[in-house]
Amino acid sequence: MSETLAPTPGQTIGPFFHDALPYDGGAFLVPAGTAGAVRLHGTVYDGSGAPVPDALLEVRQADPSGAAPRAEGSLRRDGRFTGWGRAATDASGRYAFTTVEPAGVDGGAAFFSVVVLARGLLDRLFTRAYLPGQSDAFLAGLPAAEAQTLRVVREDDGSLRFDVHLQGDRETVFLRYPRHER
Amino acid sequence: MDSQARITAEIAEAHAATPPGGAQPRIDFLPYRSSALRHPTKDLRHADPEGIELVAPVFGHSDVDPVEADLTIQHGGEPIGERMLLTGRVLDGDGRPVRHQLVEIWQANAGGRYIHKRDQHPAPIDPSFTGVGRCLTDGDGVYRFTTIKPGPYPWRNHLNAWRPAHIHFSLFGTEFTQRLVTQMYFPGDPLFALDPIYQSITDQAARDRLVATYDHDLTTHEWATGYRWDIVLTGTHATPLERDDHE
Ligand SMILES: [Fe+2]
Repeated sequence: MSETLAPTPGQTIGPFFHDALPYDGGAFLVPAGTAGAVRLHGTVYDGSGAPVPDALLEVRQADPSGAAPRAEGSLRRDGRFTGWGRAATDASGRYAFTTVEPAGVDGGAAFFSVVVLARGLLDRLFTRAYLPGQSDAFLAGLPAAEAQTLRVVREDDGSLRFDVHLQGDRETVFLRYPRHER
Repeated sequence: MDSQARITAEIAEAHAATPPGGAQPRIDFLPYRSSALRHPTKDLRHADPEGIELVAPVFGHSDVDPVEADLTIQHGGEPIGERMLLTGRVLDGDGRPVRHQLVEIWQANAGGRYIHKRDQHPAPIDPSFTGVGRCLTDGDGVYRFTTIKPGPYPWRNHLNAWRPAHIHFSLFGTEFTQRLVTQMYFPGDPLFALDPIYQSITDQAARDRLVATYDHDLTTHEWATGYRWDIVLTGTHATPLERDDHE
C-alpha cells in the first residue's frame, strides 16, 4: 500500500522566468510549413480587460490520430512530435503556437490541455481548449456562457484562436482534478 | 505605496479569515497586490482528467545536457557568493519517485539580482552567473544542482518590500495534471513573516513544506554548503493496475 503525502504548495511564476522557461522552438510543436500545421494563438487578459504581458502558457495535446505522444525531445525537437509546447505572452499579451490539430484520445473530444502561469497568479491554472465542433459531457454540462470560454474559434485565415480571461465577465473556466485537494 | 505594517495587518486578517489546513496558496490573496486582477473569482470546476491530461510530456537525455545542473560553471568564471549543493527527491502524492523527469530552476544571484532585463534592483550583475539550471531526476526521483545561494531582493508590492531568498522550481510528474511551479526558501529567513507571496499559503505546515533543510552531511569539505528539499506533487489518477511500477 502506498501512503498519501501532503503536496508541496505552488507559488507564482513571478516576473523573471523569461531567461529560464521559454526556449528556442518552444512554441513550435511542428516546424512552420509542415503539412497540416496550424497556428493556435490568443491573448491573455486580466480582470480589467487589459492584456497580461508576463504570462506563460503550456499546451499538451494528442497527435492527429488521437495518440498521446510519449516521445522525449521537446527542448531539442529535432523533428520529433512530442505533443507539448511552451510560449510566453508578448508585450501585447499575445501568445502563439504552431502545431497540428489533435484528435480525441480513446474516442473522447479533441482538446488541448492548457496550463496558465503568470506574475500575479499565485498558482498554476488548468483549462481545456476544445476544437471547433467538439463536445463532451463535461462541456455540455456547463452553462452556455461558461462553455463558450473553452471553445477554440476558427479564424478566417484558418488559424485557431483561444483567449484566456483570468477574471471578469468572460472569465475562463479553470479546472480542478480530483487529486488537487485544496 | 502601502507600508509593511499595513501589508502585515492584511496578511493577518486574510489568515484569520481562511479555514485552517489549506494545502495550496490562496489565489485571491490581496496583500500580493499584483494578484488583484489576475485570479479567477469563480470556483475551479471539477473535471475528471482524461486522455492527454493523464500523460505528462516526456523528457530525456536529448533534452538536457548534464552541465546544465551546475549553475557555477556555465560562463567561464567563478560566480560570486556562497557555493551550495541542492538535492532532493521528486515524489508523487502516493510517495512514488518521479523518475527521469525534467526539473527547471531560476534564481537571483548572491546580491539578489536576476539577469532578467526587467530587473531594476541596483545590485551588481555577476557576469559569471545567469541563475538558470535544468536537470533530469534519476531512477530514484533525485535531482541535484550546484549553484550559488541567492540573495533577498526588493520589489514594489509595497514600501520597503523584500522577498525572502528563494529559488524558483518548475516540475512535471507522470500526468500533466501534476504540473507544479513553485519557490523554495531557506531555513530561518527573517523575511518570511513579511512576504505576501510566501504568506499566501495560510497554513504553517504547508508553508514549511517550501523550506529546504540545511544538511551538513551534504556539505562538502572546503567546497560547498548543502541543502536538501523534497518535492511532493499531487497524486495521479491511474488505478494501481494501470501503473507500470507496482510498489
Ligand atoms: Fe524570484
